[in-house]
Amino acid sequence: MNSITINDAVSQALAEEMRRDPRVLIFGEGVATKRRELVAEFGAARVRNTPLAEGIIAGTAAGAAATGLRPIVDLLFAPFLCFAMDEIVNSAGKLRYLSGGQFSFPMVILALTGSGWGVGAQHNHNLEAWFAHSPGLKVVMPSSAADFKGLLKAAVRDDNPVLFFMDLALGFETGEVPDGDHLVPLGKSATLRTGTDVALISYAKTVHTCIDAARRLADHGISSEVLDLRSLKPLDEAAILATARKTGRVIVVHEASRSCGIGAEVAALIAEHAFDALKAPVLRLTGPDAPAPASWPLEQAFVPQADAIVAAASRLVKHQERVTEPA
Amino acid sequence: MKQEDHGTSDIAMLEAMALVRKYEEAIVELSGAGEGPGTCTSVGQEASAVGVVHALAPQDLILTNHRSAGHLLARGADPGRMLAEVLGRSAGYCKGKSGHLHISARELGVILTSTIVGGELSLATGVALSRKMLAEDDGIVVCFFGDGAACEGIFHESLNLAAVWELPILYVCENNEWQAFVHRRETMPFDHVRNWAASHGIANRSVDGNDVAAVHEAAREAVQQVRATGKPFFLENLTYRLRGHFEPDDQAYVDPAELAHWRERDPIALFEARLRDSGVLGDAAADALAHRVQQRITDALEFAQAAPFPEVGELFTDVYA
Repeated sequence: MNSITINDAVSQALAEEMRRDPRVLIFGEGVATKRRELVAEFGAARVRNTPLAEGIIAGTAAGAAATGLRPIVDLLFAPFLCFAMDEIVNSAGKLRYLSGGQFSFPMVILALTGSGWGVGAQHNHNLEAWFAHSPGLKVVMPSSAADFKGLLKAAVRDDNPVLFFMDLALGFETGEVPDGDHLVPLGKSATLRTGTDVALISYAKTVHTCIDAARRLADHGISSEVLDLRSLKPLDEAAILATARKTGRVIVVHEASRSCGIGAEVAALIAEHAFDALKAPVLRLTGPDAPAPASWPLEQAFVPQADAIVAAASRLVKHQERVTEPA
Repeated sequence: MKQEDHGTSDIAMLEAMALVRKYEEAIVELSGAGEGPGTCTSVGQEASAVGVVHALAPQDLILTNHRSAGHLLARGADPGRMLAEVLGRSAGYCKGKSGHLHISARELGVILTSTIVGGELSLATGVALSRKMLAEDDGIVVCFFGDGAACEGIFHESLNLAAVWELPILYVCENNEWQAFVHRRETMPFDHVRNWAASHGIANRSVDGNDVAAVHEAAREAVQQVRATGKPFFLENLTYRLRGHFEPDDQAYVDPAELAHWRERDPIALFEARLRDSGVLGDAAADALAHRVQQRITDALEFAQAAPFPEVGELFTDVYA
């Protein structure tokens, strides 16, 4: 085990996968400028700068993936993916199906997102649910150094397009990462804390908020389970239903806006398959239906905080009758 | 019969163009009778498809657009399997999941038919990068698109990246004057798309896209240049879409004089007349050619219409690898 930053975990994953497979290459805006160590080890052909043109970066990745390469592209910030929606959604996501399985698209798209830098809504927009809604794509959004490394390595080895969203507030957080060829399978959640009274289901930075809240709830005699989804597509439905059945009370927490978000999917899944086990309505604590602000206090207010989770969990446990959460 | 390189000939090109025309007319007929889907034809553009594709080598790869029947058939696609695809049958090149708008055929090196205008331009750079980094042969990538796609932002992104990364792409713009229901004079400041290629520093040439011999000669030179230099080349075939955007289409929005002018320049009639005048094609040979083409279409229709539909379970296969 080594304690490293999440940024270093990403760098290690990239280098290890490029070393393992000569078909893996990485390109994007400033990739060769910022990742000199990769250029030194793997050469300029496999580590490339590109024009500031997200459409052609993603399209080039799709074309390369269809014909034998395994590209990783860095599109910098998630809102920039709007420039590459056609290439990601219409090409990478659909052309395997439309070709009757003749082609596959093994590619990884890296993008930062989330609050923490005060960069405002054109750099900070958690739009992971858009891609979870599009067929043919996989979506991951880890919270710890070990998962950043293990999921990125698994994403590079996956034969499908994978959106790898990196919560920008987490880059300099450190964590233990197992030695060796550490892989985390896509589609598997992690139970970070076991409990019996309420399940807190989350991903990315709000996983840490949930753990903080769980500790405080324990002080109040409330036992919380914390489930880190890690992958948003495929979604670990079995684990979600298991924790819902175990606790009977579920709060889904994410920074992305509420409407049609991952929380809605999780809540619907539980309603469809574990309704009989519920002791209270499933709640969502999410970002509001507003663009992300730049001002620090507003940005903090945008993101669900531990206080709100503690209050909601306490209400769920104490009041088993109808509970409504203000929007 | 004058033999040329890559095994093609004047007669072979005439026959290939005739096959494309008959194939697309068959689909229009099916569509009109309610027995098949609507379609985007390439009627009038056959010389561009055949002239270029007959200049390619087996290791070359093709990306094309929603008017792709000519490119596929010229590459040697089986019209029966193509029609099966159009009719949604499992015997189609894509198991019936593509329909006529997205047919790809890996075995023929046809990577993509993109119905998203410009989609072919966005993937071509990546296919060329793969060829450049992985291939042990000297194959190139050919990307067919129209003047409509050239008005998309991705056109410029693609040409720019191909130029700065020195990618072996032959861009073939089939400038057919119509962008869906809008004439290009409303959407472009000049008549030739190649002006934009020139501004990206890409070698370029325009040619009469309704003269298959001229297209073929230009394409052979262009292919050779891309193969030799590894850099992109831009070939613009000036042609015309003789039918509407999407069948059925009465073309009420088209100037009748313009349509009449281009009907006089039908690429198949022009080339057949030239071959007859020069003595290359006699009545007997012309009749035999027409008979062969008609027989292939008849056989293709019979095959496609008898082919089974996919099992419903196919709805869920091939979503993920």
